[in-house]
Amino acid sequence: MMMVPPRTHVSYELKDDVAVIRLNDPTSKVNTLSVQMQAELTEVMGEVWSNGAVKSAVFISTKPGCFIAGADINMIQACKSSEEVTSLSREGQKMFEKIEKSPIPIVAAINGSCLGGGLEFAIACQYRVATKSRKTILGTPEVMLGLLPGAGGTQRLPKMVGLPGAFDMMLTGRNIRADKAKKMGLVHQLVDPLGPGLKPAEERTIEYLEEVAVGVAKGIANKKVSLTKEKGFMQKLQDTVMGLGPVRKQIYKTVSDKVQKQTKGLYPAPVKIIESIQAGVEQGGEAGYVAEATNFGKLAMTSESRALIGLYQGQVICKKNHYGTPEKEVKKLAILGAGLMGAGIAQVSVDKGLTTILKDTAVDGISRGEQQVYKGLNDKVKKKALTSFARDTILSNLSAQLDYSSFKSADMVIEAVFEDINIKHKVLKEVEAVIPPHCIFASNTSALPIKDIAAASKRPEKVIGMHYFSPVDKMQLLEIITTDKTSKDTTASAVSVGLKQGKIIIVVGDGPGFYTTRCLAPMLAEAVRVLQEGVGPKRLDALTTSFGFPVGAATLADEVGIDVAAHVAEDLGKAFGSRFGGGNVDVLKTMVEKGFKGRKSGKGCYIYGKGKKDKSVNPDAEEILKKYKLAAHPAISTDSDIQYRLVSRFVNEAVLCLQENILRNPVEGDIGAVFGLGFPPCLGGPFRFVDSFGAERLVGIMKRFEDIYGNQFTPCQLLLDHAKNPSKKFHK
Amino acid sequence: SWRFFFLSFRKIYTILKNSLLIIQTKSKKTLARPNVKNIVLVEGVRTPFLLSGTTYSDLMPHDLARAALQGLLHRTAIPKDVVDYIIYGTVIQEVKTSNVAREAALGAGFSDKIPSHTVTMACISSNQAMTSAVGLIAAGQCDAVVAGGVEFMSDVPIRHSRKMRKTMLSLNKAKTLGQRLSLLGSIRLAHLSPELPAVAEFSTSETMGHSADRLAAAFGVSRVEQDEFALRSHSLAKKAQDAGLLQDVISFKVPGRDIVSQDNGIRPSSMEQMAKLKPAFIKPHGTVTAANSSFLTDGASAVLIMSEEKALAMGYKPKAYLRDFVYVSQDPKDQLLLGPTYGTPKVLERAGLTMSDIDVFEFHEAFAGQIMANLKAMDSDWFAQTYMGRKSKVGTPPMDKFNLWGGSLSLGHPFGATGCRLVTTVAHRLQKEGGQYGLVAACAAGGQVSDTHVQHSLVVPAMIAFCTYAKHLYEL
Repeated sequence: MMMVPPRTHVSYELKDDVAVIRLNDPTSKVNTLSVQMQAELTEVMGEVWSNGAVKSAVFISTKPGCFIAGADINMIQACKSSEEVTSLSREGQKMFEKIEKSPIPIVAAINGSCLGGGLEFAIACQYRVATKSRKTILGTPEVMLGLLPGAGGTQRLPKMVGLPGAFDMMLTGRNIRADKAKKMGLVHQLVDPLGPGLKPAEERTIEYLEEVAVGVAKGIANKKVSLTKEKGFMQKLQDTVMGLGPVRKQIYKTVSDKVQKQTKGLYPAPVKIIESIQAGVEQGGEAGYVAEATNFGKLAMTSESRALIGLYQGQVICKKNHYGTPEKEVKKLAILGAGLMGAGIAQVSVDKGLTTILKDTAVDGISRGEQQVYKGLNDKVKKKALTSFARDTILSNLSAQLDYSSFKSADMVIEAVFEDINIKHKVLKEVEAVIPPHCIFASNTSALPIKDIAAASKRPEKVIGMHYFSPVDKMQLLEIITTDKTSKDTTASAVSVGLKQGKIIIVVGDGPGFYTTRCLAPMLAEAVRVLQEGVGPKRLDALTTSFGFPVGAATLADEVGIDVAAHVAEDLGKAFGSRFGGGNVDVLKTMVEKGFKGRKSGKGCYIYGKGKKDKSVNPDAEEILKKYKLAAHPAISTDSDIQYRLVSRFVNEAVLCLQENILRNPVEGDIGAVFGLGFPPCLGGPFRFVDSFGAERLVGIMKRFEDIYGNQFTPCQLLLDHAKNPSKKFHK
Repeated sequence: SWRFFFLSFRKIYTILKNSLLIIQTKSKKTLARPNVKNIVLVEGVRTPFLLSGTTYSDLMPHDLARAALQGLLHRTAIPKDVVDYIIYGTVIQEVKTSNVAREAALGAGFSDKIPSHTVTMACISSNQAMTSAVGLIAAGQCDAVVAGGVEFMSDVPIRHSRKMRKTMLSLNKAKTLGQRLSLLGSIRLAHLSPELPAVAEFSTSETMGHSADRLAAAFGVSRVEQDEFALRSHSLAKKAQDAGLLQDVISFKVPGRDIVSQDNGIRPSSMEQMAKLKPAFIKPHGTVTAANSSFLTDGASAVLIMSEEKALAMGYKPKAYLRDFVYVSQDPKDQLLLGPTYGTPKVLERAGLTMSDIDVFEFHEAFAGQIMANLKAMDSDWFAQTYMGRKSKVGTPPMDKFNLWGGSLSLGHPFGATGCRLVTTVAHRLQKEGGQYGLVAACAAGGQVSDTHVQHSLVVPAMIAFCTYAKHLYEL
């Protein structure tokens, strides 16, 4: 006798003539369209469809905050060939087609994330009801994993939200909140989240959502609720315009051009998305589905997709605290220095409910800092992401002050004062005189070794580095630096605060430049040399961005600040010697002397106008470069050579950091490089780049450069080991 | 024989909720406290409550308040100069009469030597006026205070847009013709769109009706339950009106119109009729409709509160003791209208009473759904344990003691005036029904949209619980 295993993911019950089908994956925090989920769904749908008493159905998730978060990535990663992935996609398409053609109406009741395959599932249903909860988000984030919506999404979305809306959703992968989804036509009806009643709020909200959905399902079945929506004038107009072949052709062209411009041809997924949509719209359903499945299969096998999925998974790992729960939760945070950094850290702290002191030495300083925090929050109000009332409540967590009053109740102090070891020592001593024993002292330095700072401390176990990236409210990375003396609890606390601030966190060992700054410095040194060799800032930028860096090297130097770059180059040059050489530090120093400190001073490699895009090359900077002109070596000065000169120094230094245990693992190395320094995401980070590019090939290229420039291009031992043994990989 | 009781007057609890206790002397138990003055309700009146936009539509708020004050003067025959202080509650302020208490008092012929002030606290504004009066008497500042409330929704202050106001104010300061012309030239079409009084709770941007609908859903209150409760309110109000029980209503000659002597919003309907209405706030699946919500109302009320000593010295037969009160507040988003649940047990505990000791309950009916949600919350152990830190549920008031002469749903709800109506009604019901203790509770809910136009949101999440008692002894 065959034992039928009990269903664990999908259950259903009849409410009058409505089948309420409930989804819940007991093995995970979120529901995904895993093999198990799909199998049980198919089984349950079979039962529902064969039951004559059932007149309509409702799909709902009983998992708080999640409808279906997407397909199961492991399922795709387990595939060995594009054909295998294509057939997965075809199966998904077929399953959703059955739902779309269901003989009884099906209502998707959405609370929480409804993403990727989850959204494709929902849009195959006849009707969608969603809660207006903040947790309810809809979207097709596949493009961010180098994939496309492979279960009918590229075919159904254009019909549902129109061609422009569909392109926008699928090419950006952005999350759409419930109210916006309603406006776009993605959902039919909204349900308000409820407060506490006779049960916990979330539980009752899901129950209420179900009640409303059941009502709608009955209504559709007995024709009281219409499925065809009265279209507004603008909608009709748009449909008419989109009905014109030449107009559509123009749209495809415009979108393709824009994608080409933004991706520099480095990302295949957007192109395939456009292709699949176009196939469906222009050649009809079947061709569209075939194109979608085939392209999905192709994309899943690309190195870009692997790189992006690696980053996604790495980021999940870096959003966890691996150091345990801190003994004392940080509730009150004090920040020293109300500059760009200090105020930025304050902003991401107050809006998470941390009581925050922003201390500076001058009234002007705190006034500017407070204004920055206010503006950051008020911009969210303007975008309607925050109410003005919430803004005010958040700001009540902030107190700006000139003295150390109430530092006695601070749980953590983060200093963001000027990068000078003497000033750091001075504030450390001042702070330690007023803070309670449990209070942690964190330094937001970008290059000074933490142990040097901690040398002035009475309690070095409470001293740690927290390296934020500017602008703090936009940059996701936080690099935490521990010394030999930093206690585990201090680390746990710092990570916990960083996570609360919404950061992706890497924890690295102490040393000059830690990990991120140390990788960036040799690349910038090389960039200066390239400039000295006569490659203009614009060409340098073009070469770096076409390699996949989101910001060109010259622009990056301006953004970081030429003075900071000069400072770092000099400090790290002293620490690491000639390996960090290349360009002449005096180029940077001369620029600083002339006041060309980068964007903040209005002039750097470029001159900055009022508008964001308004910048031209700074002729005075070019003069300086001419003064320090070096002869280019024709043997290693092709565009590609210049790119690899820049990238190989970055990558080699990253691998050296792993070799020297500054980095704990390649995952954090990749995450830090991509999220902190803008290493090309399509390459997945320096370590994944070595894996996919080949260590041997990279070493070969470096040797060529080494012959001319010497030890700056000497591959480190770990890289050599990988070159020698091709089976050695940083990522499995 | 009767004893002197001492009223305990503790510090007024924070902001949002209150509860007042009025107790009878012939009781087995006294709520009087040593060294605390006894404070009594001498009389309470109100103008008829009318649907806004009807007979009162051409008046101003202070006209209504004046009518209530004159009615009180007439009923009590109190010499105008005996009153020490006048306090009025109101919500939507007419900017010309922002201290409406003072304008109404002068217009009603009170001495210009009597100070007056106006308070605002959403739907419990006149409760605040009354408890302020109690405070003044207890503190020994006054012996006789008139408290009242007024709301006039037939006309509300609609303003120019902020841009336009800015331009107009700059225009005042412009010195040359050129400056003036350039300012005038800067006016754009967008400047001209008016600013209606806020339609939403300031802190949450949610309208009161929307909040009530969510509250009803959170407690699983059905549409039928709400319609039934609304029907009950209208039927009871009609019965009370027909039986002449609403003695607090005074007749009012409206200039240019007829004499008004009855509330005009009482309209007992049928469940079938009510079921036809579409939801007013949450569409299409909501349950709060125009028929199970209170409507926009014009009206004013007034009460005379005195120290017992003074009242007796002047030969009055007070209607009730005002014993105790509590204000509480909670989350303005999800518990906006749950005040009565939180306040009732607190005021009972302060008075050393239990739910079963109370003979008369008067709860403000902002929405049928809100009342039902409160009743369900009070009946839930889980809610009491999870949100109120209690061991067990509060318990619900028995319906045969609850709002027996109708309520805000049927009589109407002039935001600022409702509190005095509730207290006066409790006193009258205790007298009529022969009870001892009464309790008033109100959440500070806002106005609702009827099927027409403007919607007013009132600000505060709050409630008042009052205990009242009729004092038959004085009739001996």
